[in-house]
Amino acid sequence: MSFLYNIAPHLQSLQGELLKCMKQTFQMLFISGTIAFFFGLILGVLLIVTKKHGLMQNPIVYKFLDKAIDIIRSIPFIILMVLLIPVSRAIVGTGSGVTGSYVALIGGTVPFFARQIEAVLSDVDYGLIEASEAMGFGPWEIIFSVYLKESIPGITRVTMITFVSLIGITAIAGAIGAGGLGDFGIRYGHQMGYRDMIWITVAIILLIITVFQGIGNIIIRKTTH
Amino acid sequence: MIQLEKVSKTFGAGAGEIHAVKDVSLNIDAGEIFGIIGFSGAGKSTLVRCINLLERPTAGKVLIDGVDLMGLPEAQLREERRKIGMIFQHFNLLRSRTVYQNIAFPLRKSKLSKTEKHEKILSLLELVGLSDKTDAYPSQLSGGQKQRVAIARALANDPKVLLCDEATSALDPQTTKSILNLLKKVNNELGITIVLITHEMAVVKDICDRVAIMELGYVVEEGETADVFSHPKEKLTRDFMDTASNINKIYELLEEKHELTQIKNGEKLVLLTYSGGNAGEPLISYLAQKYQVQANIIFGNVDILKDKPIGKLVVILSGEAENMEKALQYIQARNVEMEVIRG
Repeated sequence: MSFLYNIAPHLQSLQGELLKCMKQTFQMLFISGTIAFFFGLILGVLLIVTKKHGLMQNPIVYKFLDKAIDIIRSIPFIILMVLLIPVSRAIVGTGSGVTGSYVALIGGTVPFFARQIEAVLSDVDYGLIEASEAMGFGPWEIIFSVYLKESIPGITRVTMITFVSLIGITAIAGAIGAGGLGDFGIRYGHQMGYRDMIWITVAIILLIITVFQGIGNIIIRKTTH
Repeated sequence: MIQLEKVSKTFGAGAGEIHAVKDVSLNIDAGEIFGIIGFSGAGKSTLVRCINLLERPTAGKVLIDGVDLMGLPEAQLREERRKIGMIFQHFNLLRSRTVYQNIAFPLRKSKLSKTEKHEKILSLLELVGLSDKTDAYPSQLSGGQKQRVAIARALANDPKVLLCDEATSALDPQTTKSILNLLKKVNNELGITIVLITHEMAVVKDICDRVAIMELGYVVEEGETADVFSHPKEKLTRDFMDTASNINKIYELLEEKHELTQIKNGEKLVLLTYSGGNAGEPLISYLAQKYQVQANIIFGNVDILKDKPIGKLVVILSGEAENMEKALQYIQARNVEMEVIRG
């Protein structure tokens, strides 16, 4: 510990604040990440199955989702966040703080993730879908047992990519009131000019990403045959 | 067993309409191996998919064991599909599952107990000769082995019918042979009706009891394999027959006026085609003994079509005019097809 205090002299007085901010970041990542994962997965699957020649072909649903995703994705996150404040108030009761950031973080992540899931699932050989239909399986069984099961490595890969981008937007959310490591870095590293705190922030974020990617790589290795 | 009644399938609408299958009626009997042969784009893939409604015909009827598949609601259709196994050109195995799990996959909905399923899978593995590959993943298998797994998987629910969509087209000739032998075994031992589509004459020749020839969405010729190919009515049928023999080489030789094809006055260059029972008879020596007509064999070819030999000989006949006449009559009387190519 004293080694850390040596290279980062401000750590001693700020470690309480840093821990609090780390907790906020973890909270944002975990809650909005988990929710965004499921929503994105569902949307990605919906895109695939409602597409032309899909299992539940439905041009109206597909067109709607396709356009909605494109529109939301083209709004810069910092503006999307402001745009979603009323929505957040309606859903979680507040538009600020960690709780107020969830809606924006999910809104900023889901369209990106859904597109990537769509790309991963469209890599599943159509022949497998055909073979499963010939075996008498219905659309739901095919979605779970073929599309998703066969795509675990791909889904893991795009989850890792999305996770990194989620960390990026939690830092932006932090800067406008959600707290977290982004907020910590801006306040102490930038406004107060403590360079050592910037380095600490970067190191922690890198560590989070490394651990997450390590887990992802293990999953990919175990599920790729 | 399988009845197709005036089945048509059209893709698209308006100007971009494609008629993949047109007005096809077929009756496939229980226990036979029925081949559908055609060049790519003939509509055979679509036709085979019409049998289990992977492609729903735009017109016509599909009856399996008297059940009208097109009239069934989704859930019941799925039930019926379980009785129709299918294998594909590219095997379509689940990459994330082992050989064992791939075969177990279609058994998920089966009413068998866990131990029964386990025994079923082991016996299927033995049938296809892959008992030692239980825990291998598809990526660790060769093409032939993958197709064996696919066959085992297709048989898991004890189907009455096995549809084969170009099942050997991605395999080398030797592997093709072994897969065809396996299909024959499946047909013989389990009594499963097999419908296979292919563009390879060798496949049809080897295992099909009956065959239908497809072109531009129509079935142009149909019948017992040996009959169809020994007395082809359509040019396409003859083309397919030719892909399996070197006999049409004679026309190339004629074209380039090869010395082999030069005949003297009074000689005749003829193509003899004989099939079934009379293929083995000593026609040539008979001609010499009885009519003093010499037959100079330029070349010949014998095909075995589903255990029946079909022989083709290109010969130059020479002899006295009177004897020649008699000899030709004799040949025709013997039910040997004769085409005088020259002379």
